Formats: sequence, structure tokens, C-alpha cells
Amino acid sequence: MNNILVAESVSKNFGDFKALNNVSITVPKGSIFGLLGPNGAGKTTLIRIINQITMPDTGKVILDNSPLQPKHIKDIGYLPEERGLYKSMKVGEQALYLAQLKGLTKAEAKKRLKHWFEKFEIENWWNKKIQELSKGMAQKIQFIVTVLHQPKLLIFDEPFSGFDPINANLIKDEILQLRDQGATVIFSTHRMESVEELCDHIALIHKSNKILDGKLNDIKRTYKTNTFEVGLVTQNETQLMEDITNTFETSVADFKSLNNDLKLNIKLKDNETSNNLLSFLTSRAEVNHFNELIPTANDIFIQTVKNN
Amino acid sequence: MSHLKLIIKREYITKVKNKAFVIMTFLSPIIMIALFSVVGYLSQLNNNKERTIAILDDSGLLSEVFKNTKTTTYNILTETSLEDAKTFVKNKEVYGLLHVMAAADTSKLDSAIKFYSKETPSLSVISSLENKLEKKITDLKLQQSGVDISMISASKTSITIQQESFEGKKTSKIDNIIKLAFGGAAGYLLFMFIIIYGNMIMRSVIEEKTSRIIEVIISSVKPIQLMMGKIIGTSLAGITQFVIWVVLGGVLLVVISSIFGIDMAAVQSPQQELLEQAINSNQLQTQAQHMVNGIYNLPLTNLIIAFLLFFIGGYLLYSSLYAAIGAAVDNETDTQQFMFPILMPLILAVYVGAFTVIEDPHGTISTIFSFIPFTSPVVMLMRIPFGVPIWQQLISIILLIITFMFTVWFAAKIYRVGILMYGKKPSYKEIFKWIKY
Repeated sequence: MNNILVAESVSKNFGDFKALNNVSITVPKGSIFGLLGPNGAGKTTLIRIINQITMPDTGKVILDNSPLQPKHIKDIGYLPEERGLYKSMKVGEQALYLAQLKGLTKAEAKKRLKHWFEKFEIENWWNKKIQELSKGMAQKIQFIVTVLHQPKLLIFDEPFSGFDPINANLIKDEILQLRDQGATVIFSTHRMESVEELCDHIALIHKSNKILDGKLNDIKRTYKTNTFEVGLVTQNETQLMEDITNTFETSVADFKSLNNDLKLNIKLKDNETSNNLLSFLTSRAEVNHFNELIPTANDIFIQTVKNN
Repeated sequence: MSHLKLIIKREYITKVKNKAFVIMTFLSPIIMIALFSVVGYLSQLNNNKERTIAILDDSGLLSEVFKNTKTTTYNILTETSLEDAKTFVKNKEVYGLLHVMAAADTSKLDSAIKFYSKETPSLSVISSLENKLEKKITDLKLQQSGVDISMISASKTSITIQQESFEGKKTSKIDNIIKLAFGGAAGYLLFMFIIIYGNMIMRSVIEEKTSRIIEVIISSVKPIQLMMGKIIGTSLAGITQFVIWVVLGGVLLVVISSIFGIDMAAVQSPQQELLEQAINSNQLQTQAQHMVNGIYNLPLTNLIIAFLLFFIGGYLLYSSLYAAIGAAVDNETDTQQFMFPILMPLILAVYVGAFTVIEDPHGTISTIFSFIPFTSPVVMLMRIPFGVPIWQQLISIILLIITFMFTVWFAAKIYRVGILMYGKKPSYKEIFKWIKY
């Protein structure tokens, strides 16, 4: 099997509250998997189950073809959303301690930490206490500690919160590099632009249920409405508008352009192709802008959550 | 297992390196000894203060009992009226005036004595005066009814009953005092240890919660490992601190008392002073002998083994509950409502130990409380020096272990859920729900 993680019909109740209801996800090896959902949907519960912090009531989780066991702890790196470090402990000692808890020897941990500290140019932080560092600086340490033991599966819960754009970019590049080196990444976030940028697979959890999952591009394909954004220039705009609205479903579009265009969203009929539309338009006006409207992850998120 | 070791090591090292902990470790014995020395010095000052007490004896019967001592001078006034005596005393550096009114006969003397002073006189001065007067008046009364006083003092007897168990072990009252001292010290030590270091564990759990590192840690280790690591690590730090306290305290005590020449034994109440006066030097020596015998007679092996077992068992029992409280709340102010049910049995145990065990170490109440797991560590430790049958100790320890395993399981449940709960102050009802999660 080419899936690093398979969760099968996982349910979890907290007293009367149903945190997860029969949720199944499949995370392919080497992918960046976006776990999405509004606040309180059950994402963190699912992540905690994968990390063996909580046990599911029913259902099972399979990691790398074998049911989840304590020995898998070293195969997973987890950066929780609620994260912190011991405030009065020195950065180096702390990183060593956390790395050793993940099963690295002290010597190995030291070697790898040295490498990462050099990479991020933060060697002089080693003897500082966490309380002397800014939030963003502490986050960097947490990131290093999460990936240090080179786990097969990395789970990041809102990894970019607290970072400035430069450091967010740095972390993003590191995540992509780790993926290229063979790690799989589960990525939980509310920031849809980073989903757009990074994820190839997504699952959407809403009110304890999974309501959508699959390859991001496939999902986009099913959500697209065959609508094209066009910018047209012509002598007689009223005549043109009349022609178009007689044949197609339209709405006013809003995009930036240098010309004083007539901006429209035009929806294709089921049996038509983009070429039909284009030839229809070129025969009547000058086409300055022609662009298929692809739904963004943000649109899909809002639309699916609202419909459920 | 290596996880547990790592956690213990980290807990121990951070505790021991913590500035407040280091300062407390070295400052506490110094402060304690300093306080002790000041009290000792002051009470010595007080005792050594020379006083003059004026005596106006209108009855003419009692003035002979007032003999000057190192610290008290008696100024016997004669041929003055009470008013003159009062003004005399007021204008001079005199502590007070004892006035004995003229009385028709000795039976009226009891109510004919008054003490005048500027301020309320000290208890020890008054009781020493009272002692002297009582003795003299009693003698006078006896004399009046024709009793020979020398015969009475000749027939006075003091008895120390020789105690011996059926096994032939000789004991005495002093033995019992030593037993009480050992048992009391062991029980009280455990009590203090639980309160100080239980709190420390609780705070360290809360710290992990507030710094939000907890989720990072428990994605690597089991919550119960973290909890046990915390308890053991903190306890080791506590033992280190205790040992330093004892050693440092002992050294300081010796050094200070030799430098300043303060006799620490002088720090005591007037009653003790009187008691000591009653015991002459000869008796003192035999007492010392008794004391050595008493310690020798203690069931030492039993005491040490039982101390270790009950100490560890009792401490773990309570500290796991402290850890659970720490996990259930977000900050220290919220801990109050949960502290009470923990402190209750502990305080009860100390009370039972202090009142019932002293009265009757093998009585029903002491025995029952030395079986109840939440009070048994303290109460049993206090009872053991008096000789508790092994089967009783075994039952008690087994009950303690069973309860301990149950509380650790219970605490681990609360801990596991609680450490990931933020924001709301949980109620008891909610906490009991967590057990089912």
C-alpha cells in the first residue's frame, strides 16, 4: 500500500459530546495532506488520536501498514497548535531533552541539533532561556524539535501562526524540503492560502463528520462551474450585452485591468466548450481578458461548510 | 523505562537548579537557626535580668521565706504604711510590691496577699512567689495543728515504676517519651514532606499546562510516565533539600551555640525549669542512662523498614492526588476547592496521632486510624515505636498499597484528560466524568 496513514471509521465521544463521528481518512505517502475544518470541528481530536494521546472509542488507525502502537511514537513528529516550551530551561538542554524523549541518543541529538541551529543561524541561542526569546524564535525551536528525529509522518497544527512572513516562508520551504526527502505531512490550518500553496490532498471535517476529501485538484474540478471571466472592448456595449445575455448566463465581474473593459462572468452551457464561447466573443468584440474561474480552497471551504 | 528516567532526571535537575529552591535550601536553616538563637538569647536575657521586689509583711510571718538569689533581690520593708511603701516602690527601680496584710490567724493568710506593680507582672515571677508562699503557709498551718514538719519531709517519696513486658523487656516512662518522640517525629516529617513537596508537584504540573509544553511531551511519553516521573523527580529533590537542611541545621546549631555561648536548652518554659529543679543531678545521670537504654530498646529494624514503606506509600498516595489537582486546574488560585479534601485526612491523622496515640497507642481509635490508608502512614508511624504486631503492619501496608494503586490510576485518568483541558474551572462532577473518557 502506498498510504502512510489510514484512519478507518474513527469515533470518539467525550461524555455526551461527539467529537468525531465515523471519520475515515487516507493519507498517501509523500503527500502534503490538508486537514481542514472550522473551529471545534474535531481536527485536534483526530490528530491526538493519531498521536496516541487519546484512544478512539471505535475504529482503527493504521500507520505504515500496521495498527498504531506505542513504538510508532518515534515515527511521528507533532507540532501542536497549543505549543510551548519550558520557560526557565535553556534552549539547548530543552531541545536535547525533547529529542531524547523521541528516542534519539544524546550524541545523535546533539549532532542533528547543531546542524539545524547552523542552518537557521541560531547557534548563539543554545544557552539562552526560552523566556528570553520572542514568540517567533521559540516557534523556530519547536519546529526543529518536531522534525529532528526524522519522522515518516509530520503533523503540523497551524505551523505558521506567530511567524513573520519571512520566517513563515522559511518554514514553508523546510516543510517542502522534508516532503521531498520522503516525509509525509499532515497539515491542519485555517489559512486557505497556505492550503492552496502546499496541499495536494485535503479532508474537510465539520461538526465531527468528514464532509469532503480527496485530491485538491479533483475537488476543484468537481466544484468548478464552467464560468469564465472576460474583459471585452467594443463600440456598442449595449448591443453586445444584449447578444451575450440572450445566449449565456452572466454576472458582473470584478478584476483589475488596464483598459476600460466590459467585465463579465460568463457561464457555459453544459454542451459547450470554452472555444465556442471564445469564437462567439471574438466575432463581436475585442477580447482582452479570458480566464476560467477555478474555485479557491477558500470558496470550497465556505461553500461546503455552509451547505452542511 | 528510559523515558521515565529522562523525565525524573529533568525534573530533578530543574528543581535543584531553580534559584528559589537553592535559596530556600540554604536560607531556611539559617533563618530557623537565627530565629531560634534570637529567642534563646532573649529568654536568657530575660532570665538573667536582675529584679528587686519589695516586700511589706504586716503579718510578720512570711518575710523569712524571701531569700535573695542571683537574679532577684528582695527588699524587705518594715515600719511603713502601705501608702508609703507604694510611693517608695513607684519612685524606685523596683519591679513590684508584695503586700501581706495583718491577719488574725494563719487560716486568713490565703486571701491577705496582694502584688502591686506598674505593669502586669510576668507569670514566672508570680508563680515563683506563689510557690514560696504556699509552701510557707502550708507549713505554718501544719505547725499550728501540731504536726511535725521534719517528719513530713522525711516520709516524702518519689516513685518510678519499673515496667517490664512479659517477654522480659524493661521499659520506663522515659522509654515511652522516647517512643513518642520517634513516632511523632516520623509522622510529622511525613506530614510536612507531603504538604511541601506535594504542592511543588502540583505547581510543576500547572507550569507545564500554562507553558503549553504538555502536548508536545505527551505525544512522546505516556501521561502516567510523565506523572510518575514528576512525582519521583520532585521527591528526590525534596529528599536532597531535607538532607541539606538537617546537615546544615545541625552544623549551624553547633557553630552558633559555641560562638555565642547560647545554651539552646535554655529555650524553654518556666514549668520545665521548675521540673528540672526538682530533679537533682544524681537523677539526671540515671535519666541519661535510661534514655540510651530507651533508644536501644526501640524496635529499630522494624521502625526503619516501616518508616521507609509507609513514608513512600503515604507520600506517593498523596502526591498523585496533588498531581491530579494540578492537571485539573489552570492556575494555582483554582486549586483551593480541591485542596481541602486532601488536607482533611492528613490533618486528622496528625490530630489522631497527637492526641489518641499518646494517650493509648493500642486503643481502638489509634488502631482503626492506623488501618485507614489515608491516615495510616502518619498514625502507624507514630504507633510503631510502641510495638505493633507485624500482622497489623502488614495489613495496613497492603491496604495502603492497594489504595495507592487505585489513587494513582484515578489520578492518571484525571491527569490524562486534565492536562489538555484549558480555560474552564472544572467542577467535581466534571472531573468524575473525565474518568470515563
